[in-house]
Amino acid sequence: MHEIEMKPSPKVSIEFDGQTLQANKGETVAAALLRQTHLAFRTTPVTGKSRGPFCMMGVCFDCLVEIDGAPNRQACMTYVEDGMRVKRQLGAGDTGVFLSDEEDTQ
Amino acid sequence: MKDHYDIAIIGTGPAGMAAATVASAHGADVLIVDEQPEVGGQIYRGITHQSIKDKTILGDDYYKGQSLADAFAASNADHVSGATIWQVSPEREIGISKDGAAHLLTADQVIIATGAQERPFPIPGWTLPGVMTAGSAQILLKSSGITFSNAVFAGTGPLLYLIAYQYLKAGVPIRAILDTTPKSNRLKALPHLPGALFHLSSIMKGRKWIKALKSSGTLFIEGIDNLKITGKDSTEAIEYLLQNKWHRIEASNVFLHQGVVPNVNLAMASGCIHHWNEQKLCWHASTDEWGSSNVPGISIAGDGGGIGGAIAAEYQGRIAAYQALYTTNKVKKQERDTNVLPAQHALTHEMRIRPFLDAMFRPATQYRIPTDDATIVCRCEEVTAGKIRESISLGCAGPNQLKGFTRCGMGPCQGRFCSLSVSELIAKAQNVSVNELEQLRLRPPVKPLMLAELANLTTLASEDT
Repeated sequence: MHEIEMKPSPKVSIEFDGQTLQANKGETVAAALLRQTHLAFRTTPVTGKSRGPFCMMGVCFDCLVEIDGAPNRQACMTYVEDGMRVKRQLGAGDTGVFLSDEEDTQ
Repeated sequence: MKDHYDIAIIGTGPAGMAAATVASAHGADVLIVDEQPEVGGQIYRGITHQSIKDKTILGDDYYKGQSLADAFAASNADHVSGATIWQVSPEREIGISKDGAAHLLTADQVIIATGAQERPFPIPGWTLPGVMTAGSAQILLKSSGITFSNAVFAGTGPLLYLIAYQYLKAGVPIRAILDTTPKSNRLKALPHLPGALFHLSSIMKGRKWIKALKSSGTLFIEGIDNLKITGKDSTEAIEYLLQNKWHRIEASNVFLHQGVVPNVNLAMASGCIHHWNEQKLCWHASTDEWGSSNVPGISIAGDGGGIGGAIAAEYQGRIAAYQALYTTNKVKKQERDTNVLPAQHALTHEMRIRPFLDAMFRPATQYRIPTDDATIVCRCEEVTAGKIRESISLGCAGPNQLKGFTRCGMGPCQGRFCSLSVSELIAKAQNVSVNELEQLRLRPPVKPLMLAELANLTTLASEDT
């Protein structure tokens, strides 16, 4: 992380796996975590490998985290709020089933 | 949000903003929706509240977005931000999810302006934490002023050099630039040079970036023949093949880029016909001169239909808006024609450089179709190139069957980061052109929707009663 001169931004506090960190108001959860050089956000459901943000624009779904108890939240599409509790997502996440294309595939 | 609009526009990038500004200025009832909380799309991301003090870092081309955003802000279009658009049906019923609730509304005309996304870059290790797209490096810079010291930039294309140049301007140390542009591309691009000379200033700008990067002392290696990224739980190094020898550079952050491609999922799921563009190696919307698709009332503007860049997108947005206004009887034919003429001329001019850029920065086969069987193609379901090739040898005929064989393309990204690689992989294995294969069938919801959101589905009409 290399500091670039920015206009001052109001700060908020968020929690990541129990650790409190400062974030800029108006930035995404993914940006706030990357600012602190957290690169791994989750493990995959299939092989348990580590993953982190890849596209930062809501396309790849590799930055999924648990936010305030809700799994499968896109960290790059969710904006920080004071007191937000973010957790690494391990595997598929417990609840909150995605509805996606499960049509006949034959 | 109302339950019906004259014109609904999906996306607040340059095409969407331009379309909304024109359409509402002519008295149309306009809705414009986007996933992001702020306008600008990715190209002008953060434009309305840019906090970077030194304007030379992002450069003049970025700040051009300001006047577009200002004009849009002054329009009276209904702007719904931070919303997921999960369907546009062929009957123009639009599914929007916002703040945990799903809504359905309709429009007489729909302009899909969903922009571009990064082309997949399936090489070994591209799923490791710390590997991101060059576009994401730029998003982090534009929206939060975040950069990574000593990152490696690898790949090809103007955006790769631009973001590296922006890092240089910002004083961020770069570990290396690994340029994968095939040397043979120069010769293939040569016949397209006359068209590109209309944009000599753009070419000179690109040369300036590369020259500045090289003279800064940054390690800049050209003619890279292959790449892999290694690390246990996150990125530790990038290895590159140069003149038949592998080399290794230690790095925690690698930014990959080999061009952008249209974000076609929404339009495809709406029934808009697409065709494979062999020059651009991606799907293109089959549209007429107005951007109108085969589906009545649905048009496509900007990079979502075919890559032309931000300026072209703005013109396409304007042209699509005038046609929508004409179709909904808001302007007469002559008014439409008089107004779009300058935009049509400017668009033609803008596109003249594209064949040159497409040929010059055409990514080499080994970066599109993995040579190593262990390379992951479908990031979501962790399906490897080997598994896909095995399925093909077992008789899998196309991308839809492949879902049944491997779940490839069935994860939350819905094929956005694998379908191009899959199509090319299958076409190569069967020795046919991608156009001869069936296309990946896409159906709504085009973005994953929580079941709870759908359970709360309201049509806006029923909300009122």
